[in-house]
Amino acid sequence: MEVLQLLVSGLANGCVYGLIALGFVLIYKATEAVNFAQGDFMMIGAFVSLGLTNAEHMNLPFWIAAPLTISIMAVFGYLLDLFVLRHLFGQNQTAVVILTIAMGFVLRFIAGIIWGHEPQTLESPLALGDLHIGGVVLGMADVAIIVVTFLLTWFLYQFFQRTKLGLAMQAASQNQMAAYFMGIPVKRVQGLIWGLSGATAAVAGILFASKGAIDPNAGLLGIKAFAAAVIGGFGSLPGALAGGLIVGVIEPFAARYLAAGYSQIAPYALLLAVLIFRPHGLFSQVRVKKV
Amino acid sequence: MRIHFKTSYQHDIRLFPDRWTLCVYGALLALAFALPYLIGEFYLGEVTNVLIWAIAGLGLMLLTGQTGQASLGHAAFLAIGCYANTILIEQGVPFIIAFPLAGVITGFVGLLIAIPVLRLHGIYLAIATIALSVLADDIIVLTEHWSGGVSGKFPEMITIFGFEIERWSMPSRFYYLVLVVTIICTLFYRNLLRSPLGRAFAAVRDSEVSATAMGVHIARTKGKAFGLSCMITGWAGALMGYYAGTFNNETFSLVISITLLMMIVIGGLGSIHGAFFGAVVVAFLPQALSILKDNVVGSGVAIPGLETGVFGLILIMFILFEPMGIYGRWLKIRTWFELFPFARKDMFRRQKSYLKTERLR
Repeated sequence: MEVLQLLVSGLANGCVYGLIALGFVLIYKATEAVNFAQGDFMMIGAFVSLGLTNAEHMNLPFWIAAPLTISIMAVFGYLLDLFVLRHLFGQNQTAVVILTIAMGFVLRFIAGIIWGHEPQTLESPLALGDLHIGGVVLGMADVAIIVVTFLLTWFLYQFFQRTKLGLAMQAASQNQMAAYFMGIPVKRVQGLIWGLSGATAAVAGILFASKGAIDPNAGLLGIKAFAAAVIGGFGSLPGALAGGLIVGVIEPFAARYLAAGYSQIAPYALLLAVLIFRPHGLFSQVRVKKV
Repeated sequence: MRIHFKTSYQHDIRLFPDRWTLCVYGALLALAFALPYLIGEFYLGEVTNVLIWAIAGLGLMLLTGQTGQASLGHAAFLAIGCYANTILIEQGVPFIIAFPLAGVITGFVGLLIAIPVLRLHGIYLAIATIALSVLADDIIVLTEHWSGGVSGKFPEMITIFGFEIERWSMPSRFYYLVLVVTIICTLFYRNLLRSPLGRAFAAVRDSEVSATAMGVHIARTKGKAFGLSCMITGWAGALMGYYAGTFNNETFSLVISITLLMMIVIGGLGSIHGAFFGAVVVAFLPQALSILKDNVVGSGVAIPGLETGVFGLILIMFILFEPMGIYGRWLKIRTWFELFPFARKDMFRRQKSYLKTERLR
């Protein structure tokens, strides 16, 4: 029973990692860049929803605030691409990596100025009550996180595989020049994917804020989401979710069964192990270029 | 305007292209050696700090600027260098052996870590090194027996053949020590760039596919770059330990790694000057910001995250508008004057490029 309880609580945490990892993967899949500020996007999304919902701020009903947050973050993502990242179009990935790290710092600074550094909680209807299933206690927020994450992953997967826009996004990343020749507006497509990843971050932020307190440094969770994305093999959406779940489940078990001090190492040790033995993740999509 | 008419390969790889450059750098060196007689102890300490950051920057520059591999974990190697040096000296090894050895140990550890990771594509390396930087903190705590864990360590006084050097009581001696290490590292870097290995680094950076076609073994070259980079970083770490006077598991955090990377980007990727310019920015920005803050909002008001926020903003501006950093800007201004009135606007324009995926499915 204890094992089951650990497993269930790990799954809920893992879904949050998985949601952030989904944002990484979305951007990587469509632009070949990695957004190191994705965790901070989530933090901003959480704070926006908090600002709209909580009584001392805008005091909107949650079910209006949530879609509003998602659209605000989508617009935010699109504008960020339009005004900042488009300058780096076609440049080396390293430049984008450094740029997004810097963006993370700036976002954390701005959030700290607007909302302060005290941890705050979202007045979310999801945070009500626990669910008891045969001795296993499960918060309603956890259930919501798990359900929403799986639905979102399925939706995004279908989006990339089935829709015209999704295919255009994949094409735009695989070979930018060839995509241009096929009549795909590559830059606008990239803007849209940044918007989509902003929306995903907003969903992650709302769910994360329903689960516990947030502060401007919540975005550092992104590092664990990296582990998730790498384990899943950057570039695969179901992989990101699977990676998130693996990291999420390993954490409580490591904390329970390993000596103190070793437990927080576990996710990173797993990340390094995956990089060493299966470098491109469990759902690998990379092969070495032949000369 | 100076014209370099090269008649042999020896001309091409000379350390200084002409007498004028030699004179400029000679004068700079003379100034550096005369500095303790020119400025006060506080500023001498600050200059020492700049030089230490510059050494660390040179280390990362070799990897990121020269070989094109971004590392977000170099604070871990600063830590290894620092701890290796201190522990060796505690075991009774004299400084003159322990210090170089600390760098070699760091380089070796770097090489070991690099072997599996460097087979990977650019971003994977960045992520693996982030993990490394996070792990370093925990590992230092776990190996408390050697590293002193959370309570930290205090480096002992440096003695070179009975000649004592200490950071606080004799800052000018410490300054000379750091200066000599800086000069050695700079010459090492400069000479490396002229060697086949340095050329191989640049080839890997510019295109892995064409480097392979030219007979460069990619993984081996990257491994060497990582090892050498870590070696220089290790020396910087050892000096940083002496400069700080005390260090523990939190001294070399992920933020230091990221600051280091940002420093060389602001300074100008791929140039020795860049490491020094970047170090000046990193060392003086906190002071400049606190003076500015005191004048604008009044002293005593703490704004958490101000430094990193402003630093990030400066960095974004540089990447968007001056990707070649401060050194690139200086180069443009100099070229404009040298060519006057023939400089044209588009001389430094970036070539249009398109990305292709590494994924096949």
